[in-house]
Amino acid sequence: MIRGLFVLLFCQLVGEVVARGLALPVPGPVLGLALLTAGLAAWSHWRPLSDDALAASEVGRVAAGLLGSLSLLFVPAGVGVVQYAGLFGQYGLALALALVVSTFATLLATVGAFLLVKRLLGLEHSEGEA
Amino acid sequence: MNSFRLWVYLQTTPLFWLAATLGAFLVAEALAGAVRRNPLVNPVLIAVALIAALLRLTATDYQTYFNGAQFVHFLLGPATVALGVPLYRNLALVRRNLAPMAAALIVGSLVAVVSAVGVAAALGAPRVVLVSLAPKSVTAGVAMAVSESLGGIPPLTAALVIATGIIGAIMVTPLMNALRIQDYAARGFSVGLASHGIGTARAFSVHPVAGVFAGVAMGLNAVVTPILVALVLPWVI
Repeated sequence: MIRGLFVLLFCQLVGEVVARGLALPVPGPVLGLALLTAGLAAWSHWRPLSDDALAASEVGRVAAGLLGSLSLLFVPAGVGVVQYAGLFGQYGLALALALVVSTFATLLATVGAFLLVKRLLGLEHSEGEA
Repeated sequence: MNSFRLWVYLQTTPLFWLAATLGAFLVAEALAGAVRRNPLVNPVLIAVALIAALLRLTATDYQTYFNGAQFVHFLLGPATVALGVPLYRNLALVRRNLAPMAAALIVGSLVAVVSAVGVAAALGAPRVVLVSLAPKSVTAGVAMAVSESLGGIPPLTAALVIATGIIGAIMVTPLMNALRIQDYAARGFSVGLASHGIGTARAFSVHPVAGVFAGVAMGLNAVVTPILVALVLPWVI
């Protein structure tokens, strides 16, 4: 477990250092994500890494544990929002409406563009389609 | 030790509010499970409501709460990195969908910014509120930085980001089912783009492939939206 956690923290640390050091507009953890993915790809090039072996590895198990309770991790920030709900103030209704309409429109536009291009290119159905 | 001194002790250690955060989440999860993961019963929303009620009841300020809850909050960073594992495992599927992803990223991020700012502007919100609202679909840290650099109010942006996450997580499953969209790559990508990490958490609870694509969309949108907001905002307001 320690080894798995260390790998994740190390990737995040490198991501933060690079993002801040080069003043990149990308969050450190997102660079860390890319680094971990690239690292796994490089590792498997050098020494074959089966899907089962990765899932059973320390990194695989710590990652599965964190991602399995991803919702929990947003609770502290969410509680903070309740503190700032007063900031919505007189524009509360406008903001609530803007969020609902915009989220709905964004979901539709994104899924629409995705499926349209997939169809135009004649991409085959994949295991993502259940 | 009398009860007052006991309470003072509990307020000074992270123990109480850390345990309360996990406890509230377990209650919320049990409720969500009891209604077979109905999207309306969102675990984040319920846990936040429970903790907020408890804070009000005990007249506890947010800083005291966060002293305990920060340990949970901290894990958001490593959890974002951890998305690399399912991403690597599904890399072939992601590669096959690069073109649809690029199109969805451009269209979706543009719609996210323009529709939110458009609606709020039409309803009379002032510029500082519109700037705070524009990056609402991006993960909180990035959105707050964008808001600050363009003259918005970062705490307001954080509140709008979290609200957007919860709204998208509640909306996505009924919407996609109503449209009979069964491509979990497309479903996941759209909720990750519209609703960042909270949408990604919802996607993982629906289908692992949806979770992977949601995570990718969240990461890509965190790169695109700051540039987009800076370019588009002067034209919209």
